[in-house]
Amino acid sequence: MKEMGGTLGTLAWFFALMSLFAIGGANSAVPEIHRFAVDVQHWMTDPQFSDIFGLAQLTPGPNVIVVTLIGYHVAGLSGALVATLAMCGPTCLLAFYVGRTFDRFRGASWRVALAGGLVPVTLGLTAASAVVVARAADDNRVAVGITVVTALITYWIRVNPLWIFAVAALLGLSGVV
Amino acid sequence: MNDSSPAPRASEPFAAAAPPPNLSELFVAYALISLYGFGGVLAWSRRMMVEERRWLTPEQFNEAYALCSFLPGPNIVDFSVIFGSRVRGPLGGLTALVGLLGPPMVLIVIIGALYAHYGDLPALRRALIGVTAAAAGLIMSTVAKMALPLFRNRAVGGPVIALVTFGAIGIAQWPLPIVLAVVLPISLALAWVQR
Repeated sequence: MKEMGGTLGTLAWFFALMSLFAIGGANSAVPEIHRFAVDVQHWMTDPQFSDIFGLAQLTPGPNVIVVTLIGYHVAGLSGALVATLAMCGPTCLLAFYVGRTFDRFRGASWRVALAGGLVPVTLGLTAASAVVVARAADDNRVAVGITVVTALITYWIRVNPLWIFAVAALLGLSGVV
Repeated sequence: MNDSSPAPRASEPFAAAAPPPNLSELFVAYALISLYGFGGVLAWSRRMMVEERRWLTPEQFNEAYALCSFLPGPNIVDFSVIFGSRVRGPLGGLTALVGLLGPPMVLIVIIGALYAHYGDLPALRRALIGVTAAAAGLIMSTVAKMALPLFRNRAVGGPVIALVTFGAIGIAQWPLPIVLAVVLPISLALAWVQR
């Protein structure tokens, strides 16, 4: 067995590295995190990893908090903190400097072109990810119905989506979905 | 309200953005975004920043989100730092970040500890099936609203690029790196010509 400091150190360098590869969201790093946590370090079994991923989905907040729970599982509260800081710290610093540079050149033609070029691609990617999520979630007619009704209601009416989520959760609980 | 215009209320153009938030408003907004954020925080960020607080116009939101999508790291986490530091300097960036990450970190550790004691959570998992289906719908309507400024624009390049990217990844399921290697340079070149 490794010592605690060694484990925390491993959590720190691994998630700092992962953060740089998580382009397009934390979930793009999940397969690599799975490989490292389950196959390389043997921190957890495959079902345990699936449960942790499921719990993270269950918890509101950015998807990146799956990393918090992995850190917690491996090394308790300090593990949770170290893993989250490592996953977010370096990229937040980068975002801070890039954002500042971007704002400083407001109106510069390279900036207008960069934003104008990135926005349509990003919208296409986000729309695609919505379809991927829906495909994974909607394996029966009721689920498809929930997705379609939610999309229509939240597009046309300014209702708080939490109400819809509550109804959907009840439908799930009662076994209708 | 009862206006006869067929345009959806949530997608009306916003004439004026509200004054920038102070630190406590920033913290509260991001804490709410993360606590509401079942199934991802993009939809809730847009709702809060654009529709409720009106700190950003739809176009400004799209630009900042696009920038964050191409930065490494979780998008909305990067977004919170960029927005927070834009309005209130480095401390603002840190405040937004702590607001976004603090509450769910506390929650997930509690949930994780409960889970360790009580084993699996079949009831919660069943509830999650319903919520996930609803969350997918919420993402769809959010993307549709985000795309409105692009499709209102007279230039056809942007909408075509967005649709091609969507078709290649979402429908044809081609590999992301290859699609990006083709689409991104074309999109940037088009934007450069039309700037």
